[in-house]
Amino acid sequence: MSARDAILGRVRSALRRKVSPGDTATIESHLAAHPVGLQPPRDWEPELRFRARAEALASTVEKVPGLSAVPGAVARYLVVNNLPTGGVCWPGLRKLDWIGAGLGMEDRPARGDDLVGVTGCFCAIAETGTLMLLSGPDTPAATSLLPETHIALVDTARIVPFMEDAWALLRAERGRLPRAVNFVSGPSRTADIEQTVTMGAHGPYRVHLILVG
Amino acid sequence: MELRANEFRARAAANLGDAKLQRGLGLIKVKAVVNRASAVAEFGDFEALRETGKAIRDRALADLDLYLERFEREAAARGAVVHWAENASEACRIVVDIARENGVKTVAKSKSMVSEEVGLNDALIAAGVTPVETDLGEYILQINDAEPPSHIVMPVIHKTAEDVADLFHAKHGTPRKTDPALLTREAREILRPKFLSAEMGVSGANFLVAETGSTLIVTNEGNGRLCTTLPRIHVALTGIEKVVPTLEDAATLLRLLPRSATGQAITNYVSLHTGPRHIDESDGPRQFHIVLVDNGRAKLLAGEMREMLRCIRCGACMNHCPVYQAVGGHAYGWVYPGPMGNILTPSYVGLENAVALPHAATMCNQCGVVCPVKIPLPDLMRKLREEQMARGLKPWPERLGLALWGRAAQRPALYALGTRIAARVMKWLGGNERLIHRLPLAAGWSDGRDFPAPAGKTFRELYKERRK
Repeated sequence: MSARDAILGRVRSALRRKVSPGDTATIESHLAAHPVGLQPPRDWEPELRFRARAEALASTVEKVPGLSAVPGAVARYLVVNNLPTGGVCWPGLRKLDWIGAGLGMEDRPARGDDLVGVTGCFCAIAETGTLMLLSGPDTPAATSLLPETHIALVDTARIVPFMEDAWALLRAERGRLPRAVNFVSGPSRTADIEQTVTMGAHGPYRVHLILVG
Repeated sequence: MELRANEFRARAAANLGDAKLQRGLGLIKVKAVVNRASAVAEFGDFEALRETGKAIRDRALADLDLYLERFEREAAARGAVVHWAENASEACRIVVDIARENGVKTVAKSKSMVSEEVGLNDALIAAGVTPVETDLGEYILQINDAEPPSHIVMPVIHKTAEDVADLFHAKHGTPRKTDPALLTREAREILRPKFLSAEMGVSGANFLVAETGSTLIVTNEGNGRLCTTLPRIHVALTGIEKVVPTLEDAATLLRLLPRSATGQAITNYVSLHTGPRHIDESDGPRQFHIVLVDNGRAKLLAGEMREMLRCIRCGACMNHCPVYQAVGGHAYGWVYPGPMGNILTPSYVGLENAVALPHAATMCNQCGVVCPVKIPLPDLMRKLREEQMARGLKPWPERLGLALWGRAAQRPALYALGTRIAARVMKWLGGNERLIHRLPLAAGWSDGRDFPAPAGKTFRELYKERRK
């Protein structure tokens, strides 16, 4: 008997299964309905909540009126913070006028020594100040992970109240999950040494959010 | 991991006098406990959330076979390879085989308690594969001659920054530094090339989502993301009980887990992995293996410890346990310390191999009150104590004492006589001070404190007098 059959056999005998193994009626209705569980009270406006929570998680936030204002905002942020004025961006963002803003943004996969990474996001979650990033050919996962500085563009029309709303959006627009869904809530951190919170453990030291809309 | 649970008494006694450990444990009370309390208060109706979390875990366990089969089907449909391991050695063999077949030399590991449970690092080393722990705490332990963790969320809670400074200076050959931020940066710089060159990444999984065939991990450092993004092979190793039905169920549990563990509303990263990379993607593993480990879990499902399978491994029970806070995690002698370990260790390694653990508690129920999925930990410990008595696993003086007491308690006249004599003898022992400095038969208890002497009459005598 295979390990699989032995384990499932033990589980079935523990559950005192009478029905035939193929009968999945008891789980189908829950899977089909996928009901929303308990959420905290929604006594906030999503954009304001998102901003407040993101800042509480040590991200910085600014807002620009449209996509064309993004390269200028990125350039200002990098110069003011004394950071390199070049890096990598998602291939999906190659059309922005980076050169016009004096930036050297390359739309290639991130490497271990890249210092700045610019991404968009699938949507953002107000409850926790969280970005939802989907992996894909135009939205590689490493761009938000390897560089020391992560700059993310957030379309204000796509700030949803809760994670469950993000799942609903994903079900409606994509139908199925990408290889990786990454929820990002501020810079990477650790508190392993004496419970002292330290930024930049293995991922970015700083996350800057540019709200567009 | 080496089992030393039967050394609990000796190691606990030694740890009480360990000043560095006591300092680290003291931080739990002022940080982890306080942070959780404020995160819970900020949420609102956390009690209702706990109830919802419990219901989700119970639903998954009630149809565990069906949810596991659905998980397997969905994961396979997306190109993941699902393996099943009955025990620790099978789990290790599966991972070692994947490494061998693919010519893997180095494995980047993200924190996984199941990998500690099955002893994966030793198995990889024996097969000529180098595992590199990448969680900062686990990395510190690994370079300190593979020391075991003392907490499931904060593995080096027993070490000071000075300890880490000495260790890094000795092992890395770099100038000594004590600032946690600089130590963290040093580890980052040493580990980054290892992420980039490792052929295989090993992670755990906090949850398995049956609906989509996905594994879910929560991390703060980002090492979990690196391990699951850069190497060409990703192996996720986890217990069969980790399955949850839907993405919405996972969302609810994600409101409970970080709040209970560290007092965060969400961890910095929550990553969901479904299948290997697509042909047109520039990153992500080309092979994705999921190893589902039983190692005693299915057996728990059948018995009185079933509720323990709801556990989502937050560590709140140990953070709030007066025994854990006093003796630290190493005293428990296996992977899972604190109240959760008091149940899991005897359940997985045998009650006879962890005799002291069901007693390593004051029964104050702090653990039961903070548990995000409402596991009645003290009740489960009590059941294990009963099983110890029934199986004769307790020392004979204790069994004899309880047997004699049981006989007397069933005979009211004899019991009344016995307590009257005892009350009078103890009053006499107390003398004018009314304090007993040394209790006969319980010298261990009175070594550290005096026992207040009774007034000389039993409750029943006093009750009778007042009724008149």
